[in-house]
Amino acid sequence: MLGMVAALAVIWIAFDIVSGGTFLSPRNLWNLSVQSASIGIMATGMVLIIVSRNIDLSVGSMLGFLGYTMAMVQAVWIPNALGLGFEQPYTWVVTLVIGVLLGALIGGLQGFVVAFGGVPSFIVTLGGLLVWRGLIFRYAQGQTIAPVDTTFQMLGGGVVGTRVGALGEWPSWGLGAVISVAIIVLQIAARRRRRRYGFPVRPMWAEDLVGAVTCGVVLGTVWVANSYPLPINVALQVAAEKGIPVPPGGIPTGVAFPVVIMLIVTLVVTFLATRRRFGRYVYAIGGNPEAAALAGINVRRTIMLTFALMGSLAAISAAVQTARLNAAVTNLGVQNELDVISAAVIGGTSFQGGIGTVPGAILGAVVMQSLRSGMVLLLVDSPTQDIVVGIVLVVAVGLDTVFRRRSR
Amino acid sequence: MAVSPLTQTPAPVAQRVPLVELRGIRVSFGGVRAVDGVTIDVYPGEVVGVVGGNGAGKTTLMRTLSGARPPDAGQILVTGQPVTISNPRDAKALGIETIYQTLALADNLDAPANVFLGREISGAGSLNDAAMESATRKVIGRLNPNFKNFKSPVLRLSGGQRQSVAIARAVHFNARALIMDEPTAALGPAETAQVHNLIKQLKSEGIGIFLVSHDIHDVFDLSERISVMYHGRLVGTVNKHDVTTDEVLGMIILGKPPTKLTSQELAELHG
Repeated sequence: MLGMVAALAVIWIAFDIVSGGTFLSPRNLWNLSVQSASIGIMATGMVLIIVSRNIDLSVGSMLGFLGYTMAMVQAVWIPNALGLGFEQPYTWVVTLVIGVLLGALIGGLQGFVVAFGGVPSFIVTLGGLLVWRGLIFRYAQGQTIAPVDTTFQMLGGGVVGTRVGALGEWPSWGLGAVISVAIIVLQIAARRRRRRYGFPVRPMWAEDLVGAVTCGVVLGTVWVANSYPLPINVALQVAAEKGIPVPPGGIPTGVAFPVVIMLIVTLVVTFLATRRRFGRYVYAIGGNPEAAALAGINVRRTIMLTFALMGSLAAISAAVQTARLNAAVTNLGVQNELDVISAAVIGGTSFQGGIGTVPGAILGAVVMQSLRSGMVLLLVDSPTQDIVVGIVLVVAVGLDTVFRRRSR
Repeated sequence: MAVSPLTQTPAPVAQRVPLVELRGIRVSFGGVRAVDGVTIDVYPGEVVGVVGGNGAGKTTLMRTLSGARPPDAGQILVTGQPVTISNPRDAKALGIETIYQTLALADNLDAPANVFLGREISGAGSLNDAAMESATRKVIGRLNPNFKNFKSPVLRLSGGQRQSVAIARAVHFNARALIMDEPTAALGPAETAQVHNLIKQLKSEGIGIFLVSHDIHDVFDLSERISVMYHGRLVGTVNKHDVTTDEVLGMIILGKPPTKLTSQELAELHG
């Protein structure tokens, strides 16, 4: 994990120097955070899939299918088929809930075939990749479904009129403060618990350092997001609506909603992975499937659930991407499976099974997206980007394998 | 050498009910009968050695009791009551714990996670790792006072330490019956002695133990009775005071009860 943070720092500083200070500007970092969000959300689920010695190649197609369905729900079914009209206050929630449930269903279906049918996940999800994409083309007939509900659009982090898909200045600080306090409280609670049982604890300076660094990262992120002002024409409208003049530095945008969603997803999936039986069993299955079965773990059910979770995360990413585009297009999510798997693997998830962390995958997504975004800034063409990302992926995993072997 | 008379089903106390009884167990893989109508039992506070050559069916027989592979035919009785064991959870619920030859540890998890695998302590909606670590420190401390690495993946531990984790998992949950499949195969002399002491201690606590082993001397040291298997069948169960090691070897290698061994065959065993 530390190695990856160092690698990210090197990438950021190198791109910043080469781009003449553009890369580390608040504007670019804010965009980077939004671009990382949709891959990061799915990468958290991919960690659990790979940890339990499986793979899901269908996430990009599932995302396309779910995004398309969610667009249909709000642009066709609710307003026309049910005759309830556009822009209802509940439209975005209903759409999201339907998407997440449908995602769990189709992910769970694939998981069922893997776990109970005994078909290798590579094959099942390769089939899924073709089937879900094919279904979009069949019933979309090549049409783009647009526009989506304006409240729903906020999930993508964009701007509609005077509404901005971000938290704004003070709520962003509030979020940062809440997370920081939570980190410190959890840290103190964990230390107290170890003390109570008489276990060895970390030295106090190490605790302080960990706490300071994590809170620093959180508050630093908020600071960067707040340093990115709204575009001036939007700021003028917002100020006019509130009857205030535009402040000299502009109106801070704050943390984008896709990033907020990614944070929530990360917290929830990390909790599932480390603090719940489900997660413990996923890791046990990855470490030794036979031992897991002999310990009385329901291996099949656990595997099926990881795929269902992956499906619902694909739905959340689909919502973010559809909202951002304000449309569902037929090639939505094409090749996303590669970015998602790369993010998990660069983030330290091992194909041997049993090893990988959710925060690592988020970091992996940020590394991937930093490479892409940096190369875009430097006007590197798309084929060259693919070549670089491909090499980085192989080198990262190669280095990881070498270090792992040595530490044994 | 005189041939001792074979005592059939010699129970330590005749009127007591066996703690665990496997009756007419049969397991087939494809057309092969790996275990063919075997009946063995164990009484509380008793160690029954289960011996036989490679492929004799010892491990397969024991796997029916631990729930890893339900039998195709036959009956399992616990304290005289017929029970159904169709998965490892059923066996554990009946107080039957197993130490597998492979140890069956998840190498990427630490000792507490392995000891409590499938039976985690949790509260307030999340796992209580501190409580599990505390209990693990207690139980492993009893088995192996030198054990210190409670936080590292068991992959990093030595063979003896890994064995301690596997044993701790079996004894922590108040087992009534224990299956130990080659518990000392991977151990050095000091660690083997520790395991022997543990077996004696568990026995004195009234636990019934099936001890599967290749090592005829271990079996003679530790068990009261010895059940010998040969090509999936039970050759016989003998009281260790009624037989010599050579006679048991004869049962293992030739698949015949001591009464049917000729003195020439016994002599050949000595080579």
